[in-house]
Amino acid sequence: MTTHPIETQLRAGVPTDPTAALNAVLARAEAEGLVDVAYATTDSPIGPLLVAATDAGLVRLAFDAEDDARVLEELAARIAPRVIESPARLDQVRRQLDEYFEGCRDRFDVALDWRLSAGFRKTVLETLHAQVAFGHTVSYLELATMVGNAKASRAVGTAMATNPIPIVVPCHRVLRTGGHLGGYGGGLPAKIKLLELESTGHTLF
Amino acid sequence: MALNPAVRLPPFQHLLDAHAVDLHRFCVAQAGPDHGADCFQEAVIAALRAYPSLQDDRNLRGWLFTIAHHKVLDHHRATGRRPVPIGDGPDRPTGGVAPVDDDLWRAVNRLPGKQRGAIALRYLGDLPYAEIGVALGCSEAAARQNVRAGLAGLRQEVTR
Repeated sequence: MTTHPIETQLRAGVPTDPTAALNAVLARAEAEGLVDVAYATTDSPIGPLLVAATDAGLVRLAFDAEDDARVLEELAARIAPRVIESPARLDQVRRQLDEYFEGCRDRFDVALDWRLSAGFRKTVLETLHAQVAFGHTVSYLELATMVGNAKASRAVGTAMATNPIPIVVPCHRVLRTGGHLGGYGGGLPAKIKLLELESTGHTLF
Repeated sequence: MALNPAVRLPPFQHLLDAHAVDLHRFCVAQAGPDHGADCFQEAVIAALRAYPSLQDDRNLRGWLFTIAHHKVLDHHRATGRRPVPIGDGPDRPTGGVAPVDDDLWRAVNRLPGKQRGAIALRYLGDLPYAEIGVALGCSEAAARQNVRAGLAGLRQEVTR
């Protein structure tokens, strides 16, 4: 007979492992369309990445420095609060990211959900995504000219800084005039690594 | 999107990370491993359905346990209605008593319904009495009374 008070014994409850039950819930939630934003994390040579997708496609890619908790809260506020870690929906993009970092993929073939961008910024990002290929770079000014507004290079810079889907939408390929690197949400070392990777076609690290 | 702009619902994953283990134990303690897992699944799916239109982002833990409590009640009602097989010995749990793998929690499950719910919400849900009252559909004072009566009943059983 134990000497613990009955309340302590009650709190100890029955030993349970919710893993299987949670997996069943997740499968059912996905099947019934109850997951508005699925996310997963993946490791990469430039640190852990968070990837998130709606049913329309990849909606967000975030670097470690952006703080996962803040990124998820932003997704809950801007898209819908049913944000759930559901790696299966991200398998395709994670595989393509692995291939990209291994130097054996030069374009991403995944559906994109552009809903976190709007107006001019969205136009700039779509143009960048469609026209600036692996291994190429452009200046802010050139990209501004490509979208038909050569005076908008500052606004182009803002569009790059607020790119919700970096790497896949390749803002690392946009440099300052004269070849200066400019900034990068994932930090300059990450930008350099991505550019090195793309300049040689295989990884240097 | 939340209808009330003042409501800032956290990512649902936060709720799972913070409460799923306790919620699952809450269901299993009252309904047994298999039916408990079913109750847990029904509760989380129901919560997911309701979440986007939730008008209050306070007491999300209490909200989840209230849903789970109702799923457990549904389960007990369903098994209580089921005819008891002939030949059931006196030792076998009958009616709504779940095959729970813990003597004390088996005793809890023999308590009157509200006392069982109150005990489970208090000691596995770790909820304040006001929220237990909300879950049980009674006053805070009545919730307190149900926990007290439930504990008294259990002490009698274990010292018997």
